[in-house]
Amino acid sequence: MIQEALFFSAVLFIIGVIGVLTRRNAIIIFMCVELMLNAVNLSFVALSRLYGIAGQVFVIFVMTVAAAEAAVGLAIIISIFRHHENVDLRNINLMRG
Amino acid sequence: MGLFYTFHFYLFGVIAIISAVAFVTRRSPVAAALWLVNTMFCLAALYVMMDAQFIGAIQVLVYAGAIMVVFLFVVMLLNLGHASDVTDIVGGKTKLAAGLVGLLLLAEVFVLWKDDGAPAPVPAQQELEPGVIDQVAAPLFREYLLAFEITSVLLLAAIVGAVVLAKRRVT
Repeated sequence: MIQEALFFSAVLFIIGVIGVLTRRNAIIIFMCVELMLNAVNLSFVALSRLYGIAGQVFVIFVMTVAAAEAAVGLAIIISIFRHHENVDLRNINLMRG
Repeated sequence: MGLFYTFHFYLFGVIAIISAVAFVTRRSPVAAALWLVNTMFCLAALYVMMDAQFIGAIQVLVYAGAIMVVFLFVVMLLNLGHASDVTDIVGGKTKLAAGLVGLLLLAEVFVLWKDDGAPAPVPAQQELEPGVIDQVAAPLFREYLLAFEITSVLLLAAIVGAVVLAKRRVT
């Protein structure tokens, strides 16, 4: 089952990458990043069956970091919305140079 | 592994992938978020089937429960729930580039899948004991105690950062 789980994990990660590349709505891009983190977690859990419990411990850390990232990222999205009245990434080009 | 186990493993995996595809293609953020919740539930089922019951429970509570609720809360707060008139899907060249990246990654997966080289030496599968949480908790509070404590600092920084970023300027 480990091979299949790694395959599912890779496909989910690819879907997340394509979502990040093809969408312009900042919230949807954020959710695509969450999907990629979930795909990696699936790999960790699958491999923890072979290599010991440390993989599951690391999944807990990944979830914590994902929660922190969601809180800060959504706060940034709220302040961007206050400024532009939408969350389209085309408007966010202040750092383009 | 029995046929029952294998069937359900594939079933949850395929549902997860179909939900993920639906999630990426929905235009309304609310519909996309709900499809993503479906994917996360299927992943929780896969975790439970791979003897990671605690991770499965945490997946439902933290990811499908807390994080996605925060996302939906922001979508509702900013009134973004309806699909915008202009599509937010990038057109033409960028879409082609994204498709090529996806094809490249998929090709990589299939090459690894079909690779008949000598398999990596696999350590003997560890016999899991009946306790579920103490297996995860023991290394978490012994070997990884420092990382655990640093995580709490990270969470504190995230809380302060979120409050500072989202609060209105008081003039």
